[in-house]
Amino acid sequence: MTATATAESMRDRFARVTSELVDSDPRLAVVLAEIGLAGFVRARRRHPDRIINVGIREQLMISVASGLALSGMRPVAHSYTPFLVERPFEQVKLDLAHQGVGAILVSVGASYDASDSGRTHQAPEDVALVSSLPDWQIHVPGHPDEVELLVRDAVAGSGNVYIRLAGRANAEPMPVEPGRFQVVRRGSQAVVIAAGPMLDRTLEATADLDVTVLYAGTVRPFDGDTLRAELSAPAVVVVEPYLQGTSAMWVSEALRDRAHRMLSIGVPRMENRHYGTPEQHDEAHRLDIASLRHRIGEFLEP
Amino acid sequence: MRLRLQTDLVTDTPTASPLAAQLGYEELPRLIALMTGDEKHSKSADSTLDVLWVLYDRVLNVAPATADQPDRDRFLLSKGHGPMAYYAVLAAKGFIPIETLSTFGAYDSPLGYHPDHMLVPGVEISSGSLGHGLPIGVGLALGLQAQQLRSSVVVLVGDAELDEGSNHEAIALAGRLGLDRLTVVVVDNRSATYGWPGGIAGRFEIEGWAASAVDGRDHDALASALTAEHRGQPTVVVAEVETGA
Repeated sequence: MTATATAESMRDRFARVTSELVDSDPRLAVVLAEIGLAGFVRARRRHPDRIINVGIREQLMISVASGLALSGMRPVAHSYTPFLVERPFEQVKLDLAHQGVGAILVSVGASYDASDSGRTHQAPEDVALVSSLPDWQIHVPGHPDEVELLVRDAVAGSGNVYIRLAGRANAEPMPVEPGRFQVVRRGSQAVVIAAGPMLDRTLEATADLDVTVLYAGTVRPFDGDTLRAELSAPAVVVVEPYLQGTSAMWVSEALRDRAHRMLSIGVPRMENRHYGTPEQHDEAHRLDIASLRHRIGEFLEP
Repeated sequence: MRLRLQTDLVTDTPTASPLAAQLGYEELPRLIALMTGDEKHSKSADSTLDVLWVLYDRVLNVAPATADQPDRDRFLLSKGHGPMAYYAVLAAKGFIPIETLSTFGAYDSPLGYHPDHMLVPGVEISSGSLGHGLPIGVGLALGLQAQQLRSSVVVLVGDAELDEGSNHEAIALAGRLGLDRLTVVVVDNRSATYGWPGGIAGRFEIEGWAASAVDGRDHDALASALTAEHRGQPTVVVAEVETGA
């Protein structure tokens, strides 16, 4: 069982569901900077005042979302990960929570879905960056069905939400509950937390290991309560599809009164000057199934 | 500490307030002195003083009693530096208590060196980092338009602040979309190191804005320019003040 491309991608589901919600919720507006416009062509015909394309102006995209929220609307901004989070990061920091308003940021491209486009289109640092700001919910769905649930939940709320879409999905959806981890399997040697699209790979890599596997479709707030409740042994492995160590501080905080060991698996800090496929980048970053099996097995050895 | 609106001090419009009537333009230097300790206030406070007064006295449809109404006009002080003139005008118009002015910059004061939307009633955005107000103003104008509210949005920027590239993203889009509920006041004290070839107004005009330049100390000229209607075009008013003021 491996992460696969499903019939309807996460991004397609996001565009379809959001377009439906724009029809039914007059507060909802979508802000785009050219990227992603194709998914909203029909909705834009119906609601030209609420499907807003600002051109290739990513700082403005976030500031316009802020202004919409200040006027009483619920904005969704969508683009490729580096152009949504990294380029306009000061706008994300100052124009949203600092102004006392909320928006929903939905990225596509994950860490290196655009592996053949090179470093400019890759942003494994995104979750760490957004995590540095207070009061953000961060969702890392692993399946289009989860995307739908999380988008609907975010639209119904008023706070700041970051939803990270990926090109590869798990084979089956999980019954995600915003803000909670799900127990996928119970074991006695360690707790392995798999974030979003890493679940299938993690399950296959740990199939012969006696470990608990938790699924994290939401990574902020970090569900420390479930981690503590399921901590069968003082060993934690976090498998994240973005910057290695992004959730290490949250694990440490959740287990601050318990001696424990931790292995952080994710995308390492490196300039990977290669193109090719996402699967080749998985191998380069040791995020393929065989590497995961080896790294987790080695960590569990006495 | 977040201040509460001083709605007990006013009736339904700023000029109808007994307090506002008591505290006119001539009182502003005294109010600023409560923050600075003397009346030799900073250049950035001085350059914006007349524009701010005219806006709150003669242009904006907003008052303490209506400061939370969805259909109020919005004023965004993008150039958040030197906000003493802004606080003084807000105090004179009854948005904040005059006693608060003397706390300016203190740890527990709502009045910092850059205004905080979450702490000060009547302040529509938190500013300080330059180049945020105008882009937010574009979104605000689009949001008000989508909700069919008649409110206007006025953004004050400094001429040097226009160096920030984010402003030019906003200037271009607002012009293309013909956001006629959006007005930008550029307080021009010629502090931009490299200036603008063809003038500031020309930079906006080329993007489709209705532009004018007036004496930034002439209240009648400011009021006239700030209330002129330009259907299908955003408006920029360049308020020229003394160099370095």
